[in-house]
Amino acid sequence: MSSSTQSPVALVSAKAPGGRRRNRKVRRMSRTDKIVLSIMVGIPTLIQLVLIWIPTVLSIGLSFVRWNGLDLSDIKAAGADNYNYVFNDYPPFWPAVQHNILWLVFLAVIATPLGLLLAVLLDQNIRGSKIYQSIFFMPVMLSLALIGIIWQLFYQKDNGLLNFLLGTAGTPQAVDWFGNSDVNIWAALIAATWRHAGYVMILYLAGLKGVDASLKEAAALDGANAYQTFFRVVLPAMRPINIVIVVITIIESLRAFDIVYVINRGTNGLELISALVIQNLVGEGQVIGVGSALAVILLVISLVPIVFYLSRAFGKEKSE
Amino acid sequence: MSTSVSSLQAKSGSAGVQTGRRAHKRHYGTHIFLTVMALMWLIPLGWSLYTALRPKADTDKFGYFSLGGVFNFDNFVTAWNQGGFPKYFLNSLIITVPTIILVLLFSSMMAFAVSRVSWKFNITLLIMFTAGNLLPPQVLAAPLFSMFKHFGLPYWFSDSGNLLNTYISVIAVNTAFQIGFCTFVLSNYMKALSSDLTEAALVDGAGIWRQYWEIIIPLCRPAIAALATLELIFIYNDFFWPLLFIQSGDRLPVTTAINNLQGEFLSNYNLLAAGAMITVVPTLVVYVLLQRHFVAGLTLGSSKG
Repeated sequence: MSSSTQSPVALVSAKAPGGRRRNRKVRRMSRTDKIVLSIMVGIPTLIQLVLIWIPTVLSIGLSFVRWNGLDLSDIKAAGADNYNYVFNDYPPFWPAVQHNILWLVFLAVIATPLGLLLAVLLDQNIRGSKIYQSIFFMPVMLSLALIGIIWQLFYQKDNGLLNFLLGTAGTPQAVDWFGNSDVNIWAALIAATWRHAGYVMILYLAGLKGVDASLKEAAALDGANAYQTFFRVVLPAMRPINIVIVVITIIESLRAFDIVYVINRGTNGLELISALVIQNLVGEGQVIGVGSALAVILLVISLVPIVFYLSRAFGKEKSE
Repeated sequence: MSTSVSSLQAKSGSAGVQTGRRAHKRHYGTHIFLTVMALMWLIPLGWSLYTALRPKADTDKFGYFSLGGVFNFDNFVTAWNQGGFPKYFLNSLIITVPTIILVLLFSSMMAFAVSRVSWKFNITLLIMFTAGNLLPPQVLAAPLFSMFKHFGLPYWFSDSGNLLNTYISVIAVNTAFQIGFCTFVLSNYMKALSSDLTEAALVDGAGIWRQYWEIIIPLCRPAIAALATLELIFIYNDFFWPLLFIQSGDRLPVTTAINNLQGEFLSNYNLLAAGAMITVVPTLVVYVLLQRHFVAGLTLGSSKG
């Protein structure tokens, strides 16, 4: 490569076939242009490094120390103690892992397919499609914190709508849907589904509109029925959207936090890894090391879908 | 779409009335299913609104699940005044507007650099930006909190003596988190623009900044409008960062503050419902006026993957 690679704004076009064009382009960049471009790249990159990637590394570092979060000089090396404690002696940890897995399975088996079904039904030219879309889409725009409160009004033990409809309101059989640790995770999952299904629906609708209509026609001409057309032709053609949906579903289940925090701060049946991280950071005693160990566990799990997604999204370009 | 359907029908037209009737029947079932689902979807919000519109005295007398009594906006007025909504909304505004501007400015610059100019690290940087956006925020909570706590500031600037409890902390972290997503979307959008556009400008002697600001940005207006709408909702709905960084209640934005209303309006569900409905209003405005842009923003992000 030419000497231009040493400059931060070296112009090596992957698509430019010959060196002649490249050289011409390099000459076109004046000194001012290079400075302007460095600033355009430098500021956002600096923000990303300082506020995202350096903290990520620090998080890993903090997971190997004992610290109350007050004075920097109080930091003591702790080896793998925090991880030992989390895995073996921290009661809410394994329930939280189970709840995160349950969250993922529920979204993947109930919420995402429901959104897919709604999209497929609404993609046919049925009357009122736009109205239905608007209704299912509404919760997507609401904050998860607000969704927690709205569903609290619905789920309340003595004055909630659900127990009225079940006929148990005011009786001893009334279930406290958000308070009872046997059922509250399911109640929270239904509230999360309320939002997630609409999200998936809107993404799939866009995907379905993008599928070449002639594909469906060809399948129909070959004698495929509606199911065959959908599962063998339409769904494979929407591969890019499918990957996005899979990644969104996994990441949403790892990020789940707001709803459970609004309900009861993620305790008593609603433990999630994300909530445990925060409980350890803001609670009394401030066990930063334990909170960071939990954060690193969350990070490692999150890297699986992130790397999967990035390799799909950028794999082609990198090999070019 | 419609042309393909009609051509299909024309081709299978002779196949008989039977198939036509079956298709019609299936639509009937679809409508029943969709109507039931739509009603279920409306229940939670509808119930909140219904509760919010009824005075507490009436619900105490007739019960929450009843039709009796009057309907008015008294709960909304009371919740607005007692709940301190004016200052929460102001806080939301102070946090949301600068964040959107900064995110769009920085991400469009970055997207321009990685998509319109080819250089060695552009894909690497784009991957880094996109990955950052996908991390669960809780992973960064402890280090960011500690960093801000030990970032000393003069007391005339911040009454905590550091970055905690300031709007800047929330704006900065939200900006960092959202830049990744917007850079990804905008770079895809810019890549799709013809390279002739900037080539022509180059011939005219336009520098990088003019290519960016006068040629590419105006062409990206639809994408920027979509992202601005999307970010407006994202930042307005953000619950976590203010919860972590802001300790004094009167600096919280609406979305985080409603969590405290649960304690404040203890067992007065009419007021709590009214408070919840008040926070929906800005969302509702966007929903009615800008839904097209919002959906465009959501789907832009997934159009490539």
